[in-house]
Amino acid sequence: MPRQMYDKGKIVAGLVIFVIIATFPFWYNIGKAAPAPELKLTDKAKAEKECVMSVTDMKAGHMQLLDEWRDEVVRSANRLYVNSKGKSFNMSLSNTCLDCHSNKADFCDKCHDYASVRPYCWDCHIDNPKATEEAKE
Amino acid sequence: MESNRRKFLKVAGISALGIAGAKPVLNAFASEQEEEAQHADVEIRKNEKALTARQWAMVIDTRKLQSEEDLKPIIEACHKTHNVPDVMDTENAEYDEDNQRHVIKWIWEEEYKHAFPTKSTEFLDDRLKNLPFLVLCNHCENPPCVRVCPTKATFKREDGIVLMDFHRCIGCRFCMAACPYGSRSFNFRDPREFIKDEDRNPEFPTRMKGVVEKCNFCAERLAVGKQPACVEASNGAIAFGDLYDPESEVRQLLKSNYTIRRKQGLGTGPAIYYIV
Repeated sequence: MPRQMYDKGKIVAGLVIFVIIATFPFWYNIGKAAPAPELKLTDKAKAEKECVMSVTDMKAGHMQLLDEWRDEVVRSANRLYVNSKGKSFNMSLSNTCLDCHSNKADFCDKCHDYASVRPYCWDCHIDNPKATEEAKE
Repeated sequence: MESNRRKFLKVAGISALGIAGAKPVLNAFASEQEEEAQHADVEIRKNEKALTARQWAMVIDTRKLQSEEDLKPIIEACHKTHNVPDVMDTENAEYDEDNQRHVIKWIWEEEYKHAFPTKSTEFLDDRLKNLPFLVLCNHCENPPCVRVCPTKATFKREDGIVLMDFHRCIGCRFCMAACPYGSRSFNFRDPREFIKDEDRNPEFPTRMKGVVEKCNFCAERLAVGKQPACVEASNGAIAFGDLYDPESEVRQLLKSNYTIRRKQGLGTGPAIYYIV
């Protein structure tokens, strides 16, 4: 069966224009990628050297860890976490995580902004417990 | 498209090859799971000092709580520990008389006729008529709020505490309708506006707009071996212990005193007992 296309010129031109418009965000932003954020650690966090898990595991899985902690603490009343190195932690975002990482703007926010995620942890958990204590004194 | 046996066999053969080719990919996924399993040598458990029970209960001795002045420090201790907002604070910039609708309370005072409507009579003796009663969540043995919660955000814990998982609360307020004691409050506004920076307890989270909250029997204090904040602040007027441990303080008090419970006839099994 012979194949033929009516209005070939118009259709091809239209397709080219469509592809250009559809891919506009990609080629417009070529080379403009924001550099990966550099995190600032507080002195306390630096002194600790290692977090609950290794740095790579924390980077990749802190959200799963927090999710697990929350369910264990709230539902099963288990509040103690002993990591593979035998070190134990109180499973608490407010009192353990944010105690070391008390610099939300330089630590949490930097990556979250970069990755465009908006966790609402801090709507309830007070982000810098120490600042509150200092304000009290 | 024309269909025949030859074409069908071709497609089936290619598909079979595709499945075989997918095996290494699946293996890669499996090994990732193994890596996760390496983290499984962690241990999650209770603190050694944690207090445990089958059903926590409270006995409030109203003979020792004569006036509003006696209740005030108890209420304050609870509300400060748990970052409960004071929407009726006249010094707050957001204060409005209308805020009465938004009051959040974990433990508060109530008249006898309201706390015990089924036990009230027309001519009540003067002492009961004027006595302020301390009321809070009853941590019922058969809690109606738990039954109605569509997301299981509120649940009965192993030790009898009726607890809220604020993360999961969607703010539907079914539990508020179900609770016969009015023990639950809804955050119509952002509670942080009403918690002074110098008053807040950084160790306990606040709540956010759109969740229900109530007394948690100080689950976070029991976990580290402390008594609830109200018990500590009550100078011995409130006793706390396991209802099913015959040796516990609450059982001793229940044995030697006449006690009443709020709306007992509803069958919710409230765990707060009052010595009157």
